[in-house]
This record gives sequence, C-alpha cells and structure tokens, in this order.
Amino acid sequence: MLTKAIRNYGPHPPKKFSHLMKILIASHTTSSSSTTVDHTELKHFKDLSSSWWDEMGRMKALHSMNKLRIPLVRDGLINVGTVKKEFVGTTKPLQDLQILEVGCGGGILTEPLAKLGSKITGIDVSSELIEQAKQHAAQNLSLTNINYSLESIDDHVKRNAEKYDAVVASEVLEHVTDQKVFLEACVKCLKPKGSIFITTINKTTLSWLGGIVFAEYVLNFVPRGTHDWNKFIAPHITQRVLEDYKCRTRIIHGLCYNFLTNSWSWISDTSINYALHAVKD
Amino acid sequence: MSFNIMFLRKTVNVRNTLNRLPFNLNTNSILKYSINSSNHYDVVIAGGGMVGTTLACTLGKNTKFSDRRILLLESGKKFKWQLKEQYSNRVSALNPSTYNLLDRVGAWKHITDVRYGSVKRMQVWDALSDAMITFNHDELSEMVAYIVENDVLLAAVGKELEQLQNVTTINEAKIKEYQLPKKHEDTSTINMEDGTTYTCNVLLGCDGANSLVRKTMGVHYVSWNYNQKGIVATVKLSEDTENVVAWQRFLPTGPVALLPLTNKLSSLVWSTTTEHAKTLLGLSEEQFVDALNEAIWKTHQQNSMVTEAMKTFNKCLDFIQLPSSAVRQLPPSISGVEPGSRAAFPLGFGHASNYITKGVALVGDAAHRVHPLAGQGVNLGFGDVNTLDRILGEAIYSGSSLGSLNYLKQYESERQQHNVPTMLAIDGLHKLYNTEFTPVVILRSLGLQFTHALNPLKKAIIQHAAQ
Repeated sequence: MLTKAIRNYGPHPPKKFSHLMKILIASHTTSSSSTTVDHTELKHFKDLSSSWWDEMGRMKALHSMNKLRIPLVRDGLINVGTVKKEFVGTTKPLQDLQILEVGCGGGILTEPLAKLGSKITGIDVSSELIEQAKQHAAQNLSLTNINYSLESIDDHVKRNAEKYDAVVASEVLEHVTDQKVFLEACVKCLKPKGSIFITTINKTTLSWLGGIVFAEYVLNFVPRGTHDWNKFIAPHITQRVLEDYKCRTRIIHGLCYNFLTNSWSWISDTSINYALHAVKD
Repeated sequence: MSFNIMFLRKTVNVRNTLNRLPFNLNTNSILKYSINSSNHYDVVIAGGGMVGTTLACTLGKNTKFSDRRILLLESGKKFKWQLKEQYSNRVSALNPSTYNLLDRVGAWKHITDVRYGSVKRMQVWDALSDAMITFNHDELSEMVAYIVENDVLLAAVGKELEQLQNVTTINEAKIKEYQLPKKHEDTSTINMEDGTTYTCNVLLGCDGANSLVRKTMGVHYVSWNYNQKGIVATVKLSEDTENVVAWQRFLPTGPVALLPLTNKLSSLVWSTTTEHAKTLLGLSEEQFVDALNEAIWKTHQQNSMVTEAMKTFNKCLDFIQLPSSAVRQLPPSISGVEPGSRAAFPLGFGHASNYITKGVALVGDAAHRVHPLAGQGVNLGFGDVNTLDRILGEAIYSGSSLGSLNYLKQYESERQQHNVPTMLAIDGLHKLYNTEFTPVVILRSLGLQFTHALNPLKKAIIQHAAQ
C-alpha cells in the first residue's frame, strides 16, 4: 500500500484539492465536447454549485485561505508601489489595476479581488467552473468588473501580453503539467514591474507524509491517487524558473492549515504550503 | 477591445444560463442581492440602546464603511435628551477601553460638556472579615473608571450619529420576524409589522438580554436568575469630599456599591435578595438612608476563627513587608436620597454559546449578561463593538462579504476568549461572597488579602478589566 502511496503521492489535509482535481479531470472531457449540457452533468453541476460557494462546504479551505491570500496580493501590490497612494486604506485599494487570475475555478478568490476595485480576468479550463463563476458573480449586480473566460493560459497569453499589473495563480501550479511553460506564459502577461503571486505545495517528505500518507491513506479524506507528487514544485525551483523569466522574488512565506478550526496562518516553514510574490523587471 | 467583446459575451452568456439552469436562483433572489434596492442595507443593527447606537456610530465612522449603508432599528421613540438638574439613577461605570472607544467616535467630548464622575480608586471589602482590596494606578494618576449616566452617553453618541450620511436610523421600528440566510443565501430579511421588508448582508443583534435575533438564530443559551434585585438610587453624601473612590462592600445578601458622581452625590447599586429589595423600596426616605448606612458601616459579628486567621495572615504580610489591611480609607456616610430616584431591576446571568451564525452576530447583552457586582456588563458590550468594528473593517478591506463566517468566527472567538473568563470570574465572586460558611469566609478573606498584597496580580486584574 505504501509503495503505491510513494508512487502516487498526494499531499495535504483538506478535501478541496481532491475535489478540484476531480473537477479538473472532468473538465477535460466535457470542455472539448458539445456545449449542450446533458442531465447527468447538470446534476453534477448542481451539486457543485451548492458546494463551491458554501463557506462551510467542500471548498471551505479555499474560502478560509482568502484571509491570507487577499492581504498577500493587496499588501504586496501596495508595498511595491503598484497601488496609488491615495487608494491605500480605502475600500477600493486595487482600483485601476488589471489583474489576471489563472485557474480561477468558481471565483472564490476572483470576487473579493474584484470587490477591491480591480479589473479582473479569471480564466479556467473547466467549462463548468467558469459557468459556475459567472453564475455566482451575476447574483451581485455591483460586480461589473469581472471577466471570466474559458481558456488556458497558453491561449490567453497570445492576445494579452504585457497587459496585467498582477497575475495570480493560487493552488494551481501543483496541477499543471509543464510548470515552466505555465510560468513563462503568466510572466508574459505581466506589464514590466508587474507582480506575480503564487500559492502552491512544496515537494518535500513532509508534504508527502501529510498529504499522501495522512490525507489519502490514514484519514481518507482525499481519494487515493489524487495528486501526483512529481508535479509538486519546491519554492527554490519556482523562484529559479521565475528568475529565468526576469522576475525577482520578494517574499516567500509558509502557510499552515489547521483542519480542526478551518483556518490558515502564516509560518516561516515552507515545507508543505507556500506563497510567493515576485516582481517582473 | 477584446476585453469589451468578451465582456458582452459574458453578459449574454449569463442571461442564457440563468434561464437554462435549474439552480436555486430565481429572479427574486437576484433582486434581493441588488445593492441598488433602497431597502437593502449592508448592515442592519437591531436595537438602539447604548451598545447598538455606539455600534452604528462606530461603523459609520469607520472609513471602510464610507460607501456602505447601515440601518439602525430601534423600537423606542426618537430619543430626545434634555439636561436635568437631578442625576439619572441609571449610570454605567465605563472602563478605560470604553472611554477610548467613545473618544475615538467623538462622543466623549459631548459627555465632557455635560458631566461625569471619576473613579481613581476602588475599594472592595468584606462585611464578615477585615479583608479588603484596593485598585488604583500609581499616585492615583490615571482613571480606573468613569461614571456616566446612560442617558448622557446615549445623547452624546446620538449627536455624532446624526451627522453620519451612511447610517439611517428608524425609530418606533416594530420588528415582526427575522429570516436568517439559509444554506445558499447571503442575506437576512427583516419583516416589519407594517409590512415593510429590509434585507442586509449582516444582521447585528444588539437587542438585549431577551434578544429576538438570538432566539431566531436558535443558539444555545445558558441563563439563570440570581433571585436578587439591584436597587439603584442617587444618594447625597453627608460631607463634601473629593469623591473619586468607588466603594463596594460584600454583604451576605449581596454587594452594595457607591459610585462617585460629584463631591456631594454618589450613585448607588445595591444587590440584595428579592424580598429585601421589596422592603427597601417600601421604606420612607429616612428609613432607606438608615438602612443604607447600616449596610455600609455595620460591623457584622465576625467569627473568631476568621478574625484570628486574618490577624495571623496580616502579621505575616507585615513581616515580609507586603501591604496588609491595616491601612484603609473609610467610606462616606449617606445623608439623603434624591426623591424618586429609587428603582429595582432583576439580576441574572446569560451566555450564548455561539455569538454568530452565517450573516448574523450578537453584540452586548444579547450575547452575554452578568451580575453588576464588578460593573463590567456594559463594558463587555463596548468591547464587542470595538472588536466587531475592526474585524468587519478587515472583511471589507479583503473584499469579503460582511456575513462571511470566516470573519464573524474571528469576532466570536476573540470576544469569547475575553468575555467568558470575565463572566465566570464575576459569577464566581457572586457565589463566593453569597455565603456565611466560615471556611469559605476564611479562604476568601485570605485570598482577597493576598491578592491585595501582590501588586503584579492586582495590575493584571486591572488590565483585564480595562480591556
């Protein structure tokens, strides 16, 4: 059993990733086929709709993570001077800024960033999730500054080079096949002096223990074989790749999830989850 | 350009999907979420008492709420305050943290313009032994508490509130029922008796110990009555003194406290058994004053064991040069009571095990009710206001919805970490002093004396009570 565990590897306490993964896998099969929704998928879709935006539902860890990643993006942009001084401390600190969120899913991170005033584009390769995101944003008539789009970063970069003040890829990098290509495209979308924000999972023994052994084989709250440990990426590798594309890392923080209280906190240790902010030259 | 086109496509897309998909999403619920609707508010505060009004004013002045809409619903008539020569019998002892809050929202200057009493020292002593404790800052340099009439406070906060554009106050609001957000909803609905309906992103229940908001939430609520009544009155001192000490004496029937108003007047809070309270209210003014002086001054027969234990303990304290109870200030004697200022109210304990559910939070007495013996009740409520103001501000600055559990949960845990120990300590004190059982009297006397002797411990208590 453990050899299988070693081969498959999967990190991580919360259920969200397994779910995200399921959705990502499902999306590859549906997005390429017809846009007409059949009833089986509708049911699946309905299930998703009820859980994705439920703060205490299956995505609860992504909701509670907002308490750290919104300040990471907001204060990061303030600290590098991207946010105009007069907007600091106001209810719309990110106004006038163009932000791209890659792998936006149902929009859990996109909507708060939009509420802070940014003009935000959320892209994802899952048609269900993009629909779900649009659906939810439409409920709030004041959210007119979000643009959701069903496309990959590879496609998006072709028409949107050097367009954005910030690119955010949160809990996405660990699901990407070619991380170099992915990061290169993200960086290309950035204006000079633009910021890239990443949160992802480290490639360590600890994240293997906490993830595959603990989460998938002991507590069983992540289906076995969900994650591919080989896709995880260590912070210094991410940093080096970004440097290759002329991005200097300003901050790397560790994140710690307490699954009993469903709350995240910043820690110095980056061996499981980490967040990174880099600025393009 | 491409952005615009995509945007257009998005709008069309959404319309189509809305018609196509069997979501729990009908046109009504969309309208409900619309912030343009004039009956939708970001925040609805139920209850315009001291805590509710101060909460409305604090949020209204928070820059993060500058483009938000706040509604304050109060069942009473519009409060018209006029200064009367006679002091009101309903006063609050405000701790430094409450002072800071009122100062921050600009209400304190209005209180200064009217009047308040200052407490630079507190003396608490036991009727059944010589044990006593005092609380004060070094050299009486700082205030321990401020004694403010409730009406003066409400008028001061109301004056600031009136100037706020983002807060609407509705008086004589008769609330029929609340509909709290269900699983897939984000807003609460408030149905009024007159058929009006309001919706909000977060509902803040400041509607007192019998909170309808709390009952609608269905949270577990622990409560009991102390079978005691609190008698309040404004009393005259027999001599003009620099009246800056708050006095409290623990009698077997309950504590009696005098809070300074002016050099001639103090406010009385006398907790006693329900039967005794009835008797006290029935007495003539002269008889009442006699009864009160007896309560403050009468030497109760002390158990010889208690006296002996205290003597020995005081000798030990003297020996190691810690302050004993040898030196004490004498309380004032009372010469009269302001006509018509006597009143009684029931005393009870209440604790909501949860202060929040999705989109709803309880504030002040709606969440917690304590015995007045430490004068902490309203300060706990103002502490809630302070914390909620900060956390809701953070929620907005993080683009979160105001009803988000992730932020409300932080409010709940921060406040319960402060309130619950305070409440247990107050209830514990009540139980500790509500007995004449000799071993308990000895232990509490030694405990009080020991606490009095240890300055760091006393400072820690002052600091907790000041938060």
